[in-house]
Amino acid sequence: MIIKGKAWKFRDNIDTDAIIPARYLNTSNPKELALHCMEDCNANFIKEMSAGDIIVAGYNFGCGSSREHAPIAIKEAGVSCVIAKSFARIFFRNAINIGLPIFESIDCAEQCEPGDILQVDSDKGIIKNLNNGEIYKTNIHPDFIQKIISLGGLKGYLKQQLKRREQNV
Amino acid sequence: MGNNIVEKILQAHTDTINFKIGDIISVKVDFAFSNDITAPLAIEFFEECKAEDVFDKTRVGIIPDHFTPNKDIKSAEQSKILREFARKYQLENYFEVGRMGIEHALLPEKGLILPGDLVVGADSHTDTSGALGAVAIGVGSTDLGYAMALGEMWLKVPPVIRFNYYGKLNKWVGGKDLILYTISKISVSGANYKVMEFGGETIRNLSMDSRFTMCNMAIEAGAKTGIIEPDEKTLLYIESRTKRPYKVYKSDPDANYEEIIDLDVGTLEPQIALPHSPDNVHSINEIGEIKINQAVIGSCTNGRIEDLRIAAEVLQGHKVHPEVRLIVFPATQAIYQQAMQEGIIDIFITAGAAVSTPTCGPCLGGHMGILAKGERAISTTNRNFVGRMGHPESEVFLANPAVAAASAILGKIAHLEEVK
Repeated sequence: MIIKGKAWKFRDNIDTDAIIPARYLNTSNPKELALHCMEDCNANFIKEMSAGDIIVAGYNFGCGSSREHAPIAIKEAGVSCVIAKSFARIFFRNAINIGLPIFESIDCAEQCEPGDILQVDSDKGIIKNLNNGEIYKTNIHPDFIQKIISLGGLKGYLKQQLKRREQNV
Repeated sequence: MGNNIVEKILQAHTDTINFKIGDIISVKVDFAFSNDITAPLAIEFFEECKAEDVFDKTRVGIIPDHFTPNKDIKSAEQSKILREFARKYQLENYFEVGRMGIEHALLPEKGLILPGDLVVGADSHTDTSGALGAVAIGVGSTDLGYAMALGEMWLKVPPVIRFNYYGKLNKWVGGKDLILYTISKISVSGANYKVMEFGGETIRNLSMDSRFTMCNMAIEAGAKTGIIEPDEKTLLYIESRTKRPYKVYKSDPDANYEEIIDLDVGTLEPQIALPHSPDNVHSINEIGEIKINQAVIGSCTNGRIEDLRIAAEVLQGHKVHPEVRLIVFPATQAIYQQAMQEGIIDIFITAGAAVSTPTCGPCLGGHMGILAKGERAISTTNRNFVGRMGHPESEVFLANPAVAAASAILGKIAHLEEVK
């Protein structure tokens, strides 16, 4: 998978309240959630971003609550992927499960500048900075996670498991 | 090398043998639950996947506790989805408003989570039940929908950090102070993807209520969960609550730990987490004068009977400061009723506090105590992120119930010694 987009940079420890504040959680409608994506850490983000842009953040992105509304808001806003130095574990699961591409790269988070155009090659595990030609390494997910991704998220995987059980009965 | 309690519980729930740290395994789930924020997405997922039924009608819990009693039409529509799903699948453990409590206090109280269980909840504070010696893991809605359908989940085998606490705690210092102190030592990502196992003489002497408080906030250090080996206090707690068989697991003396951290807490003073992070923790004596507008006592962290008793002991014979709103919300109806029978609710109301039905509302800035721009709260809850309790320019200070009560009386963050 190749993903290309403009970088928006965020600090360490971006929590899920910053990604989608609880005051908007009285709905699970993705379009409504997307309107408030990242509102409490950068109120201009949703107004100024374009479809395909990339969130680049520091350590522990998505810490705090288990709300899946956080990756949903990011995905629905049109963000193509999130690159962070590290992810909080529930956010990591949620993003994989709903099909939001995420990548860990300390180099990218440290070296790229806001507005740089990044190109992620998920199969090779590299991120290219098209502004200056720099290459950053990123992780390649374990086989099981890749399988969920290839099925479009956990929905595809559950459907497969249910079918398997039906056939075994 | 021996095994730790987490490895033993995982082994009892998986067909995979000889797994090692970092392996992804499929585990059987003893109980799966969600709330009015997370359940609608889990139900949507469950139905879109055309799952025919839940894996076990006695082992799926649905607890509308966040925006309930419903604060607006949208949240009422969300709760309706839960109610209809519970009815459609005849779920035994749906808890309606009035018979409800905050999920992480309610499920142990009802004897639905037991030692040795593997529990999955669509709420990050699911780790609370680790205090019973269960592996209780918080996830998102999609994972929960999967668990409701199959009674299974996938997980990565986590390393475990063992924390040993020594020393006799000062009066007015409890589980909240221990966990805030611990998080400050390792940071908000210090236990990311790991389990925090709490033990040592201080924990053995700690009440169940304080143990729940400690495990509750393991997630605030990024942990997969917190856990405490069951002992006679655990067994006494569950004795009258269940007839379901359970199994007590303990870590071997030579168990495999990533790290062992010893903490002497004999001289620990009440701890305060300053805005905007649960690891921005200072001893109460170090923070100077901080005026407050609101004090909040309750939540899945500190809304149990011991917490209310402590707050009442401080408040008895005092009035809430004229410029402060004190909001008390017991974590379950049973706790509320017990507090009433003990005369505790009367002390709160006489002092000038608002006492609320159980809800997560104020803790996450949902309803029942939202802060305006520039306002400050001291709170016994678990998070003090930007905007957590209301306006993005409001501030939350986390503390134990004694400090919250003393602060409510004096109008500033205060040590008990300052209350005459």
